[in-house]
Amino acid sequence: MKCLALILTAVSSLAGAQTLRIGLAEDPDILDPTLARTFVGRIVFAGLCDKLLDLDEKLNIVPQLATSYEWSADNKTLTLKLRSGVTFHDGEKFDAQAVKFNLERHKSMQGSNRRGELAVVSSVDAVDPSTVRINLSAPFAPLLAVLTDRAGMMVSPKAAQAAGEKFGAHPVCSGPFRFAERVAQDRIVLERFANYWNKDAIHFQRIVYLPIVDATVRLANLRSGQLDFIERLAPSDVPALKSDSRFKIDRIVEIGYQGITINTGKSELAQKNPLGRDARVREAFELALDRDAIVKVAMEGEAQVGNQWVAPNNRYYAKNVPIPKRNVARAKELLKQAGVTNPSFTLMTPTTSDAQRVAQVVQAMAKEAGFDVKIQSTEFATSLNLADKGQFEAYVLAWSGRADPDGNLQTFIACKGPLNSSGYCVPEVDEAIEKARTTLDPAQRAKYYEVVATHVARERPIIYLYHRNWLWAHSAKLTGLRTVPDGMVRVQGLQMK
Amino acid sequence: MLNYLLQRLATIVPTLFFVSVLIFGLQQLLPGDPAIALAGEDRDPNVVAFLRAKFHLDEPLPLRYWYWLSGVLHGDLGDSVRIQKPVTELIVEKLPVTIQLATMAILIALVIGISAGVISAVKKDTWWDYAANVFALWGLSTPNFWLGILLILLFAVQLGWLPASGYVSPFEDLRANLAAMIMPAFVLGNAFAAVLMRHTRSAMLQVLSSDYVRTARAKGLDERVVVLKHALRNALIPIITLGALGLGELLGGAVLTEQVFTIPGFGKLIVDAVFNRDYSVVQGVVLFTATVYITLNLLADLAYFLVNPRLRH
Repeated sequence: MKCLALILTAVSSLAGAQTLRIGLAEDPDILDPTLARTFVGRIVFAGLCDKLLDLDEKLNIVPQLATSYEWSADNKTLTLKLRSGVTFHDGEKFDAQAVKFNLERHKSMQGSNRRGELAVVSSVDAVDPSTVRINLSAPFAPLLAVLTDRAGMMVSPKAAQAAGEKFGAHPVCSGPFRFAERVAQDRIVLERFANYWNKDAIHFQRIVYLPIVDATVRLANLRSGQLDFIERLAPSDVPALKSDSRFKIDRIVEIGYQGITINTGKSELAQKNPLGRDARVREAFELALDRDAIVKVAMEGEAQVGNQWVAPNNRYYAKNVPIPKRNVARAKELLKQAGVTNPSFTLMTPTTSDAQRVAQVVQAMAKEAGFDVKIQSTEFATSLNLADKGQFEAYVLAWSGRADPDGNLQTFIACKGPLNSSGYCVPEVDEAIEKARTTLDPAQRAKYYEVVATHVARERPIIYLYHRNWLWAHSAKLTGLRTVPDGMVRVQGLQMK
Repeated sequence: MLNYLLQRLATIVPTLFFVSVLIFGLQQLLPGDPAIALAGEDRDPNVVAFLRAKFHLDEPLPLRYWYWLSGVLHGDLGDSVRIQKPVTELIVEKLPVTIQLATMAILIALVIGISAGVISAVKKDTWWDYAANVFALWGLSTPNFWLGILLILLFAVQLGWLPASGYVSPFEDLRANLAAMIMPAFVLGNAFAAVLMRHTRSAMLQVLSSDYVRTARAKGLDERVVVLKHALRNALIPIITLGALGLGELLGGAVLTEQVFTIPGFGKLIVDAVFNRDYSVVQGVVLFTATVYITLNLLADLAYFLVNPRLRH
């Protein structure tokens, strides 16, 4: 009996000592929430740094380090009640002063990527140790969603002050796992944080994130048992893996989108090309496209078709601006009306395989309506530069998405949006975007977005095509995965059965 | 000899200077604004402006070159912007990996290439010869990444004998290290073995038809002794040169193989840095590699000088 107990103890301690091995599609950048800028880095942060607020599967805002929030009557102050008993990985206490420090760091640190997201935050008051008040220069509805991402991640003030701009080399947060080691391009190792406030939800001793760029090799690692979980499974690998009972596939419709940005006014090139010059030509181009076929051919069916910056199942999707059906005859007629029966334009396409496939399918479809689409494969960093300068006619571009629709819209469509490569600028649209930002009522916001959707669908600075599925593949024994549309791998509740 | 040494050392300085100008200049030819590439998906204008100022991107090229060079002269190769690590630290981290991979690959190539070359020459115009030639053709024409993926599918997924990819330090676990390195080393070695095989074969054929080999055979020596002791030794001279060149090439990083097997070596480091416009890393690593080349070249020349007494006068 004693022997059995010993064995059981040994087995349970072994289970407790388990390591979760996660295969990432890229090598993350700096592990400092203030400076970080990649999607893949956020996956690692999900294990490392807790945020003030979090998202659930339906994109609702739920508590994490803040247990509740309350807006003031004028919507210009957000008061957060903080969780007690939370400590950072270095033993420092998490309190209102720490929140104040972090938000101010996001706003003032040189090179901060969070400054734009928190631009409306004018000051932060630590009311008492468990209450923090965020004062805004104007009401800003997306703030809650912003606090569910890197801007809401809290790092240890003491460690951040000591390390300065090198903090990312050894981050200290308050998440379920603490930073242990990083070998560039090889692995990031996190160790379980014994004093985590929600430690009962943590069932692994260690997480190892391994960046493996090649999707086939990532999958081979999963199949050979060297990884427990991989993100971004290639759509073409789904059928083969589906038939293998040792593994499971999870899919989540992303909060981002894949679309084609059209230069309608960013530079003089817009006026030189019928596509940028004439909305009828853009309409004809869109009518030449069959989104279902694009998804089927280019994405092996692993995406949801769409025509707005949010997917059709999102609460802010404007239902009375539906996805247009393919109509080649009408497209030809429109081209005739515009006086250009065979318009030609260059479609700048990053060299990723997804983008290349989309461009090829689009090229073939548009040809049937009379378009001569020239694909210009361009290395990603170069393509971004050309887009910013307006040195393109049309550009295949994906956006990883933000939880609040504003994050998918304002920056691309508003006149002064920093990523407005189209050069689109309509005062009415700007006004609606601004109102949707300053209104907290979701129903009212949806109405403003409807105004924007109507304009964008008519003027087409961006033709939205689809929303990809985040494809996760993992050992069938791994349970407790939460499929939140932001694509982050939340480690709370994960366990190997 | 001292004069010669001084002369050679004196040429190193201008060579390195030229290399540094070339590295810096070529990097500037890359299209795309590094500040935009580094600013990430959001491309926040404040961040772009900050990065431009930080890396002096708005300043004249010669001035930027001077900033970099003065850092290098003080032993500071700069920091990786992407992951905030000093470039020297990255080099120290990656160098052992690349050296091990290159050495293992060369050993595999030498063993396979020389044996196949010798057999093919000795058994000229037999099935052995044809088979070795087919092997060489296969090795030369098989893309590394494809062979790599096939090996992974066979040995890692189907048979489960080897890890699919990744790297383990030999000081941590030697067995795991060898298990992880054998496939990438074989892939690299296989391609190079084919080249070595072709060269060994032609060198052996030439030597086997020479007078002294005929004399050796006439003396009644065992054929094995004739081939291995008399012929192969002479035939090996060009092979050794070729092997040394190959090793140098592999030390520069084997990009595709490192990518497929996720080996964190030089090749992967440079490629990732180029795509992310992580200038300090590209410049630092290429300058380091070039310095190693130049130094090895100098050592080789000195060795030649020491071995060949005629050169001393």
